[in-house]
Amino acid sequence: MSDDDGGAGEQQQQLSDGQKREIAVWFLSRAPAGEIHYVAKDVRALLGDDAVYEAAAAEAYPEYNKAQLVSLGLPDRSGDIIITSYGELDKNNYLDPRTGQVATVDHIKQTCTNLRPATDEELPSAYTEEFRSAIDVELSKYVSEAYPKGVCAVYCTKGKDVEGPGADFCLAVVISAARRSPQNFCNGSWRSIWTLEFSDEFQYVDIKGKIQVGAHYFEEGNVQLDTIVDRKDSTVLQSPEDTALSVTNIIRHQESEYFSSLEESYLNLSDATFKDLRRKLPVTRTLFPWQNTKALSLTRDLAKELALGK
Amino acid sequence: MEAAMDLMRRMPPGSTEMALNALLSLLPDHSLDLLSQVDLPLQVCMDKENNKEYILCEYNRDADSYRSPWSNIYEPPLEDGTVPSDEMRNLEIEANEVFSVYRDQYYEGGVSSVYIWEDEDESFIACFLIKKDGQGKRGHMQIGSWDAIHVIQVGSEEEGAAHYCLNSTVMLSLTTDNMQSGMFNLSGSIRRQMSMTLAVADGHLVNMGKMIEEMEGKLRNSLDQVYFGKTREMVCSLRPPPEVLNMRLPDS
Repeated sequence: MSDDDGGAGEQQQQLSDGQKREIAVWFLSRAPAGEIHYVAKDVRALLGDDAVYEAAAAEAYPEYNKAQLVSLGLPDRSGDIIITSYGELDKNNYLDPRTGQVATVDHIKQTCTNLRPATDEELPSAYTEEFRSAIDVELSKYVSEAYPKGVCAVYCTKGKDVEGPGADFCLAVVISAARRSPQNFCNGSWRSIWTLEFSDEFQYVDIKGKIQVGAHYFEEGNVQLDTIVDRKDSTVLQSPEDTALSVTNIIRHQESEYFSSLEESYLNLSDATFKDLRRKLPVTRTLFPWQNTKALSLTRDLAKELALGK
Repeated sequence: MEAAMDLMRRMPPGSTEMALNALLSLLPDHSLDLLSQVDLPLQVCMDKENNKEYILCEYNRDADSYRSPWSNIYEPPLEDGTVPSDEMRNLEIEANEVFSVYRDQYYEGGVSSVYIWEDEDESFIACFLIKKDGQGKRGHMQIGSWDAIHVIQVGSEEEGAAHYCLNSTVMLSLTTDNMQSGMFNLSGSIRRQMSMTLAVADGHLVNMGKMIEEMEGKLRNSLDQVYFGKTREMVCSLRPPPEVLNMRLPDS
């Protein structure tokens, strides 16, 4: 969707329902992690038209849930399901590959309403499932150690019917950790997606990752952190168990390295960039001499010299 | 209006302008309120006569033209653009000169502008603006911007003292982008208010300047804590750093 949708500007003409819906979708899809319900409440009040709101919500919520990798508790309490296009069977039905079940999802309420066993066609072959579940086991250990609120899932995205060695297949690893703390005016999310391409010919696994981190602080203001990075790696194709170990080690290593680089960015920005923008004290290291505005011509010359000399 | 302001607190700071336009089209009847309550990143224009840049805002706008604080002339030219009274204009000229020096000492660059208007009953409003863009000096692809808006309402003088009410907003955006750590953006705005009754013996400019200096110091500190502190805390609560994990899980 183009970014111009909200740019109706100061046009005085009445907006059509379609334009209103587009604006509503624009707002909803830009809600920070964990805040779409609050944004929805505001948008609904602003529109004053429930039919337009319902249409916008029906359009925006599923995309938001998938983009944010929202996780929902399964109705039988057997775990959480992540809303992601990798598990999407149709608009409201999502596969939980770990339990081999299909959950019906109410996108707007962000709940699961129904659960059924997946059919054979919806599940990968025994051969790819061996790799998938081995990685899921190792990955779950890592995620529970590294992310206090983290959930993860491994999906087969290509070669679901590969019956044995001799063909390529792909898996996707999804990790989602969200924290909501509205009473402290703070919300945040860590999302990573790792795609694994198993090449039979070259006997290796090509690993590509995308990590996104967001944080929102909004007490007496609106401050947002927004990061995204792409990572690449690879490993040799071994037995399912050994491949799982080595893939998980790579993900662990890459993600902890990225975490360190986030810390470094904070330091760099705070030490260098922020100080370049505005000093704590003037170059003179004393507060500005407002009293001496009469003697300003002197100060001005000094300031000019300092400005030239930097 | 309440819903609109709550929404603005949640939208990505980089999309403020788009969000404001969307709100204006949804709520055309509230456009004045919206324009006065939502702060947008500051724009700069060149005063060709003085070869000096100045900042555009609602306080120096008339129709589609903006008045330069250096030449007192509107650009694009406006036949009968409103200008401050002589008294206010003299204060404005002095404020711009002094504030430029202040800005240079704290910001070592950037652009500043001050606009002053008489209000009702011998009171007046002064708007102090600073815009500073910065790039990291160490070859890092780093981009930063700081926009400060200070609006002071100065009450009429009574028994040698006047009441000053300051509303300040700082908008900050910091970005790094490189292969190793990807795109990293921290941005947002905070807004604070401060009121004081001060003796006018040293003149309004000294009082306003001191208040702004104190406010900017406070805002800078809270930004340091808020921008770097709170969001970093959030990241660390999503994925606790190794030292925290080690403390919790010895030898495991």
